[in-house]
Amino acid sequence: MNVLFLSRLQFAAATMFHFLFVPLTLGLSIMVAVMETKYARTGDETYLKMTKFWGKLFLINFAVGIVTGITLEFQFGTNWSLYSAFVGDVFGSLLAIEATAAFFLESTLLGVWIFGWKKLSRKAHATVMWFIAGASSLSALWILIANSWMQHPVGYVMKNGRAELSDFSSVVFQKWAILEFLHTVSAAYILSAFFVMGISAYHLIRKQHLEFFTKSFRIALAFGLVFSLFEVVEGHLHGSDLAEKQPTKLAAMESVWETRTHAPKYLFAIPDEQEERNVVEILPIPDLLSILATHSPSGEVKGLKAFPRDERPPVFICYAAFNTMVALGFYFALVTIIGWFKRNRLAESPGYLKLMLWSIPLPYLAVELGWILAEVGRQPWIVYGVMKTSDAVSPIATSQVLISFLAFIVVYGLLGAVGVYLIVKNARRGPETA
Amino acid sequence: MALQNVWFLLWGLLWAIYFLTDGFDLGLGALLPFVAKSDEEKRIVYNAMGPLWDGNEVWLITAGGVTFAAFPKVYAVMFSSLYSALMLILFSLIVRGVSLEFRGKVESAGWRKIWDTTMFLGSLLPAILFGTAFANIFRGIPIDQQGIYHGNLLTLLNPYGLLGGVLFLLLFLVHGALWLAVRSEGEIHERADATARKLWPVLLVVAVIFLLASKFATNLYANYLAHPVLFAVILLAVLALLGTRVFLAKAQYWKAWFSSAVTILAVTFFGVIGLFPNLFPSSLDPAYSLTAHNASSSPLTLTIMLIVVLIFVPIVLAYQIWAYYLFRGKVKKEELAYEEAY
Repeated sequence: MNVLFLSRLQFAAATMFHFLFVPLTLGLSIMVAVMETKYARTGDETYLKMTKFWGKLFLINFAVGIVTGITLEFQFGTNWSLYSAFVGDVFGSLLAIEATAAFFLESTLLGVWIFGWKKLSRKAHATVMWFIAGASSLSALWILIANSWMQHPVGYVMKNGRAELSDFSSVVFQKWAILEFLHTVSAAYILSAFFVMGISAYHLIRKQHLEFFTKSFRIALAFGLVFSLFEVVEGHLHGSDLAEKQPTKLAAMESVWETRTHAPKYLFAIPDEQEERNVVEILPIPDLLSILATHSPSGEVKGLKAFPRDERPPVFICYAAFNTMVALGFYFALVTIIGWFKRNRLAESPGYLKLMLWSIPLPYLAVELGWILAEVGRQPWIVYGVMKTSDAVSPIATSQVLISFLAFIVVYGLLGAVGVYLIVKNARRGPETA
Repeated sequence: MALQNVWFLLWGLLWAIYFLTDGFDLGLGALLPFVAKSDEEKRIVYNAMGPLWDGNEVWLITAGGVTFAAFPKVYAVMFSSLYSALMLILFSLIVRGVSLEFRGKVESAGWRKIWDTTMFLGSLLPAILFGTAFANIFRGIPIDQQGIYHGNLLTLLNPYGLLGGVLFLLLFLVHGALWLAVRSEGEIHERADATARKLWPVLLVVAVIFLLASKFATNLYANYLAHPVLFAVILLAVLALLGTRVFLAKAQYWKAWFSSAVTILAVTFFGVIGLFPNLFPSSLDPAYSLTAHNASSSPLTLTIMLIVVLIFVPIVLAYQIWAYYLFRGKVKKEELAYEEAY
């Protein structure tokens, strides 16, 4: 139990908890905006009821997401002060821009949306939700640009004993950032679609509010289908970019030990980090890994042995997280395609509806695994190739971090429990019947 | 050099805006058990800050973010030194934020009581801790050459630090009471008005003691003595505080609230100007102090951030003022029936 270990645990707990709520905010805001726009255009009361019902779940979720976001920005200072002093010139500005350009808009307009029903016209009120949705995704963009810089630092020079910005636009527009942004928001949109489909399925199975939940389901289905398919393609592009820029992460997530050409992809493997080999390797698909990583069957894939032991990330975690995430990604595409064929007879497909209800947790699992891969896979670096995590931690007392870590567990645990309880309660109750 | 000085002022300004906006939310939360008797009155308090608190709190995120961007070393040393105090503030703000959102979602008196209590504590603690933290910064923090803090949470609880905590709490309480007076009517409005009147003389006395104590506990006056024109800021703080009482006596609540906002702004700047060019002075050796000149980002980052701030902060202010304007009216009892209300 030292400051480094506790600080990593604390940051992991805080970010992973925060990211249980963020994706739904990103996606549900768009769907609520679509519903409210339909209401503003047609005056159809069903869409108003949809806006209010899904809006309520959105707000509960948003509250937990927003309050747990506050601690993240400050934790760079409290627990990672050497990191902050070293990279603040580049990294700090990205966080500051996020707050000024996006987070403000989101938070200020949310209050207007909640309390502004009687004060704004129908169209203006719906427009406010579009701004909230846009600002949320913009907020994600800046945060992910910041994270991308930790994954693949560009546009800086080493000067005055720290990393200083030299080219702002190459930080903001680097390929990694664009890919990471698309990957993360698509995942968030898929998660939100499955949330709406799952809850709608719950009510459709019980044959209640049929019109309401059929409409809701179909809006979410279209949304989910588009982004599930997009994510399969995007994930591949992200992966092959990663293969070039973070070879250690690639080797770990595929559990490749030896450097080779014509690398096969094993559908199942169990790595042994001590012996530097896989204990089990079954179902190889010849050349596939080379093709995925380099777009050529004879492309060379670097194995873990090409890197010193102390520069390799934990292999099993990366391998398991990556492959489970990918399998889930294909599952999401598959069930939304099936859904598309069943879209006109949803109420008569109880088996499918049950599947969708029980699928609600799966995108949550997928997004968390994605972040585990991104962050654990970058180890031992906090900024890939530039600064090690062990050199980044604050010179503070262990007892302080232990106490704050326990406080995080207790407070976030209670928050999560209450948040989930309220969401489930309101989701089951269904729309107001008035 | 000039760029760093501009950033020093902006840094102070962002913290000041945070205190003068979220200050009334925190003050109102801390007053909740005293100004609101029935559940209906409590809901009026919640809804008086309801549409605005979230946007207000972002000024804190921005002040923190801008400290990170413009003065990374200050961000690193300040937040790791004040670790426990900052964690307490953040947890309080978390609990406070969800109190608003969760309180009305379950029909149960016990449930509401829990969130009323967390609202109270989650508002009271940050109000005091922000004051204590800043008073300690005015006084100097025991940091060494490496920026390592030699102290603990209790180090901050010295008499001057505590006085700062009481000063901030009183500033926020008066600010909150005035906001409630602006946005309520009937009995609770009368109570808000009476609370502001009762607290005001206490605030005046504490503010005067704080100004005097700063002479002995801090080095803040050095800049004022070197440039006497700066005393105008202290004068402004005093005039705004007196103005608050004058407008209160005339029952002009918006003006009184605005005057109170100017008071908070001027009090913050009293400290910020006195600190210059220090952002985080060391009490062990002035040579270890972090200043606008030895702890800043590169000129390129400062320039980019200046452009960002000059574009976006006016835009933010514009739509926040619009939001304030939209919710300028009194919270009516019938509005509490809306399902969206807190």
